[in-house]
Amino acid sequence: MTTVSSASPALKAADQKNRLFGPLPDVQAEAGYEEGHPKRVGFFTDTSVCIGCKACEVACKEWNTLPMDDAHGTRDVIGLSGMAYDNTGQLGANSWRHVAFIEQSRTVDLPMPGVGLPGARLETPDPGVGLQEPDAQAKAQASVLNAEALSEFDPQTGHSADRQIRWLMSSDVCKHCTHAGCLDACPTGALFRTEFGTVVVQGDICNGCGYCVPSCPYGVIDQRKDDGRVFKCTMCYDRLTDGLMPACATACPTQSIQFGDLDELQARADARLATLQSQGVETARLYGRDENDGVGGNGAFFLLLDEPEVYGLPPDPIVPAHDMPAMWKSAAAGAAMIVGVVLSAVLGSRKR
Amino acid sequence: MTEGVATPGAGWRRADGWTDKRKKNGRRSGRRAAGEVAMVEDAEFTSYYGRPIIKAPVWKSPDVPLYLFLGGASGTTAVLGALADLSGRPALTRVARLFAGAGSIASVGFLVHDLGRPERFLHMLRVMKPTSALSVGTYILSPFSAAAGATAAVELLGWFPRLKRFGGIVSALFGGPMATYTAVLLANTAVPSWRGPHKELPFVFAGSALAAGGGITMVFAPVGEAGPSRKMAVAGAAVELAAMHRVETGHGIVSEPFHEGRAGTLLRAAKACTTAGAGLTVVAGRSRVGSIASGALLAAGSLLTRFGVFDAGMVSARDPKYTVVPQRERMAARENGHAPTVSR
Repeated sequence: MTTVSSASPALKAADQKNRLFGPLPDVQAEAGYEEGHPKRVGFFTDTSVCIGCKACEVACKEWNTLPMDDAHGTRDVIGLSGMAYDNTGQLGANSWRHVAFIEQSRTVDLPMPGVGLPGARLETPDPGVGLQEPDAQAKAQASVLNAEALSEFDPQTGHSADRQIRWLMSSDVCKHCTHAGCLDACPTGALFRTEFGTVVVQGDICNGCGYCVPSCPYGVIDQRKDDGRVFKCTMCYDRLTDGLMPACATACPTQSIQFGDLDELQARADARLATLQSQGVETARLYGRDENDGVGGNGAFFLLLDEPEVYGLPPDPIVPAHDMPAMWKSAAAGAAMIVGVVLSAVLGSRKR
Repeated sequence: MTEGVATPGAGWRRADGWTDKRKKNGRRSGRRAAGEVAMVEDAEFTSYYGRPIIKAPVWKSPDVPLYLFLGGASGTTAVLGALADLSGRPALTRVARLFAGAGSIASVGFLVHDLGRPERFLHMLRVMKPTSALSVGTYILSPFSAAAGATAAVELLGWFPRLKRFGGIVSALFGGPMATYTAVLLANTAVPSWRGPHKELPFVFAGSALAAGGGITMVFAPVGEAGPSRKMAVAGAAVELAAMHRVETGHGIVSEPFHEGRAGTLLRAAKACTTAGAGLTVVAGRSRVGSIASGALLAAGSLLTRFGVFDAGMVSARDPKYTVVPQRERMAARENGHAPTVSR
């Protein structure tokens, strides 16, 4: 076993390149792991096939024995948030997966059938696909990853008069950033980079200083008030070390949550995006995939169908350490100013 | 009316009657400074049911602002104590050393009390991490409070005069960083209103610490020896007011929380106290009553500034507007090939 380092990359290695932000091809090596460490793993959460079943939330709670809380993180309280089907509310110390529900509508100018079940218009005489290939519908329904099937039969999208209704559902999780704000901020070394490239809190080290909480640009990690320490998704570190998939990915019935080697997931996500875009899903985009973003890319990234902030995600997150050199420069100038002011005040005053 | 594919988001709008699309409020925040070209129109922003995106700090309110205040004031008084000692002002030296010692020990107390697991405070010394302002601060605070506390103790007991001078100088070396590192502590987070003014905040804290340190030593030191205190207090108040003005006006929408609500009230009171204290120092600082009144005003102004800055940051963390709008502006500026108008 290699020596595990709780230091953030900036402390290690000789080269200055991308240790505070920017792409890092081998994040584990930067954290001090020797050659031969496992490949970096991650989540690809494809929200276009999420059905909002919350199996991931339940599996996570069960596996990690997380206590219950309401939508605002209050322990042992049942509360209805009033936010669609979302009573989890947010990621926090007790919720490491959070399924967001957004109901949206848009107007359409087609003379749509006024009423009926979703997909009803397929029964109207249509010289298109339906008649020529009688089993096209069945075939398309069989493939849950087919975007055409989604747009035709998707239970998330329905019609009412001139309005089209859709539900966005997305299972949010810790992003396990390449440059993690929480990891940079932790003054005790409780947060560390695992051999899998994930970021995990060591509960026996954390002293509850809380500095990681505002340092996360995504608002993931939080303090458990009655406990004092902070908690967040570990990507089931205990399961990974035993060669198992994380609980949420194992429980997901639609493969919306995909777990695997990060490079493989990225290739899969790129292909999925290309498929969706070629099929006319013009709002699809990947979030956290870009290694040149403010956190050097995410270990857990997403395919979204709307702007990130619709799902409660920051549109352009930046790791706090990005601007740290400028801040320290300013603080050093301020400290020098203090000494200068006091020195000139002492020298400039007459003694009586 | 049809929303076509040309509409951003392909025309999709939130359907459940929830409307959180608010107009961005640039009122009084001076986001169009002279000569500055508006990169983006007043944009609407979207959020998830108005919920915050980042988590607000879990730091407790009286503890952390008091830590900021005491750390700053004891830092500058330690510097003053060492220089007053070297220039032969025994009474001022004694006052400065005693406050630096008491203030630094109390600030450690507040910091430890704020931990979720106070009994584990020594875990801070397990590692040294330059990327963590709190870790760097630990290695400023620990030697500073040890040196300042020991100096104050031997000052009180009257032992080891030479050791006393050495301890005073050691604490003075760490005094300046002690007063300004806390600004990096706040700025080096994702909290928009702390992060935005990250270049000015260390100067706000330095000025505030000078004003408080000068003010407190003016109150307790004899008027005849307190000349340096008066000078540093007035200079510090000027720096504090100037830097705070830039924080409050120069950062677009993230300057807004500094004007509104409780933070706005606190900061207006801070400004009034600091201005009055500095003015009174100049006019009546050489009288006993005047120096006590002006010193107290300056210390109060510094304390209120810390509470106000702390509050403004908390407000900006709780409202998704302050996270989304600056990030959208940054993205728009990047697309247009301009430098961002709002600093990150």
